[in-house]
Amino acid sequence: MLGFILKRVLYMIPTLFGMSLVSFFIIQLPPGDFLTSLISAIADSGKSLDSATVAKLTAQYGLDQPFYVQYWKWISGILFRGDFGWSFDWGQPVSRLIWDRMGITLFVSVLSLILIWAVALPIGIYSAVKRYSIGDHIFTLLGFIGLAIPTFIMALVLMYVSYKFLGQNVGGLFSPEYQDAPWSLGKLWDLCLHLWIPIVVIATNSTAALIRVMRANLSDELNKPYVVTARAKGLKEFTLIMRYPVRIALNPFISTIGWVLPALISGVTITAIVLNLPMAGPLLLRALVSQDMYLAGAFILLMSVLTLVGMLISDILLAVLDPRIRLQ
Amino acid sequence: MLWKFRRQKVAMASLVVVLLLYLVAILAEFLAPYDVDMTRPQYTYAPPQGISLFVTTPDGGWRFLPHASGYKIVVDQEAMRRTFVVDPEQIIPIGLFVTGQSYKLWGLFESNLHFIGPTNPADTVYLLGSDRIGRDVFSRLIYGTRISMSIGLAGVVISLALGVFLGGISGYYGGAVDTAIQRLVEVVSAMPTIPLWMGLAAAIPLTWPPGLVYFTVTAIVSLLGWTSLAREVRGRFFALREEDFVTAARLDGSSEMRLIFRHMLPSITSHLLAMVTLAVPAMIIAETSLSFLGIGLKPPVVSWGVLLQDAQNLRAIANAPWLPARASRRAP
Repeated sequence: MLGFILKRVLYMIPTLFGMSLVSFFIIQLPPGDFLTSLISAIADSGKSLDSATVAKLTAQYGLDQPFYVQYWKWISGILFRGDFGWSFDWGQPVSRLIWDRMGITLFVSVLSLILIWAVALPIGIYSAVKRYSIGDHIFTLLGFIGLAIPTFIMALVLMYVSYKFLGQNVGGLFSPEYQDAPWSLGKLWDLCLHLWIPIVVIATNSTAALIRVMRANLSDELNKPYVVTARAKGLKEFTLIMRYPVRIALNPFISTIGWVLPALISGVTITAIVLNLPMAGPLLLRALVSQDMYLAGAFILLMSVLTLVGMLISDILLAVLDPRIRLQ
Repeated sequence: MLWKFRRQKVAMASLVVVLLLYLVAILAEFLAPYDVDMTRPQYTYAPPQGISLFVTTPDGGWRFLPHASGYKIVVDQEAMRRTFVVDPEQIIPIGLFVTGQSYKLWGLFESNLHFIGPTNPADTVYLLGSDRIGRDVFSRLIYGTRISMSIGLAGVVISLALGVFLGGISGYYGGAVDTAIQRLVEVVSAMPTIPLWMGLAAAIPLTWPPGLVYFTVTAIVSLLGWTSLAREVRGRFFALREEDFVTAARLDGSSEMRLIFRHMLPSITSHLLAMVTLAVPAMIIAETSLSFLGIGLKPPVVSWGVLLQDAQNLRAIANAPWLPARASRRAP
């Protein structure tokens, strides 16, 4: 088992390297760099930056050097010193800005994933066992509607609904009165009231696909001889289905984490922007627009890493579940 | 059997919807009652006017006359603001194939015939209301279809080309080339798409002309689709390489080019087509999301995302009839 995990982690390294390259390439893309925007911002305020300071900043960040040198400076800082660079927009080190927001992003993503599984698993099983029944058709229809509506529209609609009919103020994570209050039961409840919208919005998009996966896999298993045998031996239908075919059909279900996670992170990003949640999304958008390159790069890199870690976890889960994979 | 039939029916219905949408995109100038940029400052934020088919005559009977109701201006005393209220008393007759503002269809044919509009060119009809500066939302929606639908199509063409090319080489040659391309596919497909797109789209300089921005956004959006296509093509090519008919063609002295394009590619066309169709809605949503965030297409270009951007309230959402259309598109 340990060997298996080690092998997986080793496999991740080239992918991680590629991702960091892509992230750095993206933040290098805009014409000019943060220094040009800094100089113009200072010029706007009536002062001017003397050339010595410009030269010093240029040298410090290696802006006059080729791509690979700049990349090395950036990535070695992250790897060896945990230094993600300096946010020019905020005047703070990037590492001080990102962790809270990445934490909440992770928290919401995991909650959404749990919701997706909690909804898709029973519905998938039901749909497979009662194929072509009215319930199956209804769930299919609902699933496709959820799949087809863009995340941000969903967020807008739910925001409107909860504002109009539930009388709730839904922007952000807390109501104003709890914003700076210490943790209490009231604050926790307030958080739940605000959190359900983003979680439902993010989850709806991927649930349909997972239901389809579960339904298809379980349907294939249900006609196999071992199921017939077990039924012939008089096993209760519920026990029978739960104990044998469902466990086999669970495999592809778990491995879907690999592609559900990138979609999930995307959904979280855009939902956070629409609902103005203190997560990675809004800050990333702002950083990108204002060419705050190190901040944007850190977010893109960390989100990619998050995806990779999710895939690793799904691989490990699969190995735990299925000895065939573990012993390969 | 029943399932198959149902699927077919759903697929057929979706196909009809899609074709209709593309028809709307092609004939935008003709179908829209007004020009995209026609503004009427006196009608800002006018509510939608419904269409009724019959009018009551003075003697109490009914007469067939398609019409929309006019507006009554009500001054809200508290907020000191003018608001428009639909007034059923006023009747604005509308008709099909009416004359109105002149336009040039595809920039070529001059005409002033509109599919739908008020019979009297001096009247105004806002079927879906008007926006901040009195532009007709219905017309803008129709024009937006053109950009949004074409981005989906163009994006798919680009990702098809990329996917078939890279997947083809990867599967045909194998070895080191294959490993390199597979790593690339892995990296790109594992990166969360929205942050990736946002990064790329934010790099578009503000000074670029709309045409160039349009092309760039298309290219960015198409980055999504090619990885899965490349993977699929590679898998198929691996299997096809060993097939008898390919070996036969090779022994006959076909060049590699001919082998790939004449013999191998045609045998997976139907499969590719299915995958491509599924990619179109994803790309339309991608463009819409980016424009909505303000980093994709920008006004004066009109796309669905741009329209949503300046109408982030429920009325715009309720009035966006493309939601059901999108739902059925994904169904097959």
